[in-house]
Amino acid sequence: MAYSEKVIDHYTNPRNIGTLDKSSKQVGTGLVGAPECGDVMRLQIEVDEVTGIIKDAKFKTFGCGSAIASSSLATEWLKGKSVNDALKIDNMDIVEELALPPVKIHCSVLAEDAIKSAINDYRVKNGLEPIEDDKKHY
Amino acid sequence: MLKLPIYLDNNATTPMDPRVLEAMLPYFTDNFGNAASRNHSFGWKAEEAVDYAREQMAALINADAKEIIITSGATESNNLAIKGVFEMYAAKGNHFITVETEHKAVLDTLKHIEKAGAEVTYLKAREDGLITIEQVEAAIKPNTVLASIMYANNEIGVIQPIREIAQLCKSKGVLFHTDATQAVGKIPVDVIADGIDLMSFSGHKMYGPKGVGVLYVRRKNPRIKVTAQMDGGGHERGMRSGTLNVPGIVGLGKACELCRLEMAEDTARISKMRDRLEQSLLVLEESYINGNTEHRLPHVSNMSFKYVEGEGLIMGVKDIAVSSGSACTSASLEPSYVLKALGLDDELAHSSLRFGLSRFTTDEEVDFAINHVKEAVTKLRDMSPLWEMFKEGIDLKTIVWQEH
Repeated sequence: MAYSEKVIDHYTNPRNIGTLDKSSKQVGTGLVGAPECGDVMRLQIEVDEVTGIIKDAKFKTFGCGSAIASSSLATEWLKGKSVNDALKIDNMDIVEELALPPVKIHCSVLAEDAIKSAINDYRVKNGLEPIEDDKKHY
Repeated sequence: MLKLPIYLDNNATTPMDPRVLEAMLPYFTDNFGNAASRNHSFGWKAEEAVDYAREQMAALINADAKEIIITSGATESNNLAIKGVFEMYAAKGNHFITVETEHKAVLDTLKHIEKAGAEVTYLKAREDGLITIEQVEAAIKPNTVLASIMYANNEIGVIQPIREIAQLCKSKGVLFHTDATQAVGKIPVDVIADGIDLMSFSGHKMYGPKGVGVLYVRRKNPRIKVTAQMDGGGHERGMRSGTLNVPGIVGLGKACELCRLEMAEDTARISKMRDRLEQSLLVLEESYINGNTEHRLPHVSNMSFKYVEGEGLIMGVKDIAVSSGSACTSASLEPSYVLKALGLDDELAHSSLRFGLSRFTTDEEVDFAINHVKEAVTKLRDMSPLWEMFKEGIDLKTIVWQEH
């Protein structure tokens, strides 16, 4: 299968690989997917205590090139956004940006879920209700 | 200078040997006759070339030239053997025996005849990919007509105990077919000594052309007939009609001759390179060889690199052409059914690579492949959350995954 240039770029030079301190109250961690499905994404955000802005985002992904690119792109988009704005990131934006073929749309879905899951982890840690996901992905 | 990408997918297909091409060329142009034309020299020349090629094919497997039925390839040969026996021996029984790890050309053909009333037993391979004589013996019933068990597996290269299985089948009055596509030309295959009744193989896996293959059909002890699946002019002793593909046949004949003459030398050189590749990659932590290493083709290695995903890995090793056990690329997200049949964890089945070396593979190419794979695995592990968890001593089986 031919990958788009952007997927190849993210795969070759992934942005923001790494690990944040998951015990920190300012850090939200999302771990989605399953090894037997061939995709596991871990996405972490670090939220500024004062401004509520995501000041850092890191990922690690086990998966195909599209999965790696989707999570790499997600971390780029997350940095500098408020938590509320981050919730607006839609998987179809990722599909469009990376020109993912239909068979790889699930990679973008996984990235969106990882974002939501990280945000919810952060919210719960800070005494807030987790946000219900009204989009049914599976 | 190395020419990239390096081809290491020789179980999918091999490049044609230039000597094969040279032998074929005149039969496209000057000697274009129809081998079935009996009235002029064009036909005679073509027939002569086909007869000679048939001798070359027979010599490689210790058969008689009359036992060589030319087909379009191993898929057709498998279809002809299984469907042909099912129809020809219907009065004798309808039970077939095979193994879960066979090629789809065998499995799907058996599925087809199941719909027409056949009964099929699918033997489970052991963890190392092999089956035992006892398993076959236990599966044989009074109505068993055919056991179809591949000589060597296309994904992991393990060689089944063909001679013992064939002898057992003979003693029980069961016909024995083997898909020997990966074995013929790579290891000695002797239909007499092995006791094989029907055997499929193909030109393009042994440095010959695509679109031509063989079904060996035993003529003595016992004399076997299969019902034709292609009707027409009654070519190939009535078992496979269709104008003969003379250039292809000449090419396959030449390929067989080269394999017969050069096999020992090729095997020694190729297996040494394969072992070096394997040993160098086993240095990586959490890397494994899939399948039995003792009974194995000399040119194949199937390895898993835990905690990296197969398709991502394939993308990372873009300068070598290999195949992955993960079938993500073919739109089904299932890992290899062969590796799963061996009981491999999904994450190992997903993260496997199959290396297939050839007569044309060089030491320099192997060196390049070793470094290339090492780099890719290391890079992908650095970005793998599973690797990080493994390194922290977390048992992945204890995690509740959010499956999609």
